[in-house]
Amino acid sequence: MDGFGVTAAFWVLAALTLVSAGGVMASRNLLHAVLFLIVTFIGIAGFFVLLSADFIAMAQVIIYVGAIAVLVLFAVLLTPRAGRDNGETKMAAPAWLLAVCLAAVFIFVIQDTNWHVLSTSPDLSAFDLGEALLGTWVLPFEIASVLLTAALVGSIMLARTPQEEAEDALA
Amino acid sequence: MALPFLVDGASGNWYDIRDLSNISRLILENADKVLPQGIVYVLAPLIGFVASFLIFVLPSQLIVGVYGERKIIGRMQSRYGPNRVGPFGLLQPIADAIKLMQKEALTPTSADRAVMYIAPIVFVAPCVLLFAVIPFGPRMILANIPVGLLYFLAISSLPVLAAFMAGWSANNKYSLFGAMRIVAMTISYEVPLVLALLGVVLFTGTLSLQDMVFWTKEHHIWLVLLQPLAFVIYFICVSAELNRTPTDIAEAESEIVAGYLTEYSGMKWGLFYGMDIGYALAAAAFGATVFLGGWSMFGLDRWFPPWLIIIGKTHLFYFLFIWTRGTLPRLRSDQLMTFAWKFMLPVALANLFVVATERIIWVKGDLNDVALYGFAVLNIAIAAAVIVAWSRFLGYRPERNPLKPRMMKEARGYVPVVAAAKGDGR
Repeated sequence: MDGFGVTAAFWVLAALTLVSAGGVMASRNLLHAVLFLIVTFIGIAGFFVLLSADFIAMAQVIIYVGAIAVLVLFAVLLTPRAGRDNGETKMAAPAWLLAVCLAAVFIFVIQDTNWHVLSTSPDLSAFDLGEALLGTWVLPFEIASVLLTAALVGSIMLARTPQEEAEDALA
Repeated sequence: MALPFLVDGASGNWYDIRDLSNISRLILENADKVLPQGIVYVLAPLIGFVASFLIFVLPSQLIVGVYGERKIIGRMQSRYGPNRVGPFGLLQPIADAIKLMQKEALTPTSADRAVMYIAPIVFVAPCVLLFAVIPFGPRMILANIPVGLLYFLAISSLPVLAAFMAGWSANNKYSLFGAMRIVAMTISYEVPLVLALLGVVLFTGTLSLQDMVFWTKEHHIWLVLLQPLAFVIYFICVSAELNRTPTDIAEAESEIVAGYLTEYSGMKWGLFYGMDIGYALAAAAFGATVFLGGWSMFGLDRWFPPWLIIIGKTHLFYFLFIWTRGTLPRLRSDQLMTFAWKFMLPVALANLFVVATERIIWVKGDLNDVALYGFAVLNIAIAAAVIVAWSRFLGYRPERNPLKPRMMKEARGYVPVVAAAKGDGR
């Protein structure tokens, strides 16, 4: 962290991310919550840019904002009653308790870890990332994609009813 | 990577109009000596705004985008187009803008006011950001980031959210239909688009748009010749994402009033309309940079301003958009989805396979530029073969359709026009 611009960008992004993350929880309307979530994703992409991880920042925007947020919007729209307000829940108090405990654990881990601080920015590009993903770590990478495909097929199998199967067989 | 031809790009003298940054640098450096410190940081964006308005926005957005489009489409439809305001109707865009500003921007009482207010703003901002990575010359690029292509793809996935916000917030069923359609279409066409661009990235070996132009310059071949299939896929996908007429199911006026723009009026609607042209120009500039060689023009860019070359190529690309808009009828929603998943995606994958093979042959064999020209001829042949074969394989043939009407069954195919005309009593 050096220079006024970087520091200012950090605080602006931090405020944006935290406020919109708060908005996700506080908004009564589910669609508003999704829109706040998108702003949170964009703020996190900004943090990746500050850490000179350009490729990951762009991947964050493409995957989370361009694909996942849109899928969440679809899911909200296609779910009956989801367009209405968030209902009350009896689990509010336990949820708060759990959240506080989780936050305490996170803060403890962040404080306790001995972070390595590099004086210069690591000279890594998308090229190195590609080499690592498809060279050294090719097996975990491929297993992850097979897992995603299996999840996709499984979700289709679960979601389809026999009636739909019969209709599609006719078409 | 050392780039020796960077040196003869622009001389660095202030009168060298091949690189406009020289002039602005001269103005800003001298202003910094006279004015108190820090004022130049305010002055620089102002100069940039005025210069970009005069050089790009005025000729491209207003004259080519609004006036030229209406005039050319008018010609294609055998009418005059705008010809009343000013000479040849050239002032028509300004008259339109004044009219739009006078109009009241209505908000329905049942609408989600905040989201409806924000949506046009969210729609405008990414369009300006897109031009940050387009190179206009050897040094005329705002942000030469190493992942420029990914940046372009990332930013261009944002306006669909604004369109969705616009459609959902209006609380109107036609708006919501439009929003659902545009979202479904965009995520469908994003897949073949990225796969097509991956072929280009494989050949050039870089994600930076500036380096792609340098690669084009070094090997004396445009990527449209080397990657004809990717060019076709890019063109179709991008015109689907831009929501232009052959594929504008999201605001199809014959089906769902005006789609997600149904409840918008006045300048709020004007922002959407203007930025549609802006996005089309950005896509055209990107396509011109990637496929048509950007600011390079086989040595012409040594003495002719490169920024004029890229603007000319952008307008050429934009003319293709106008042309398809004027000549092709609108597709149906399900036809568009089928086209994306059953035609574009397999073709894009085939293209990727071919490119990967050629890239390995080119690199392992340590071949020179002549091999690239061979690949270009081969790729054009493969592109034609794949498009024809796959469309024959998938194409709709009435005689194979089991649910055909009775007359078609008995006449075994289409009824000839002559036979049909005899029966109608003339």
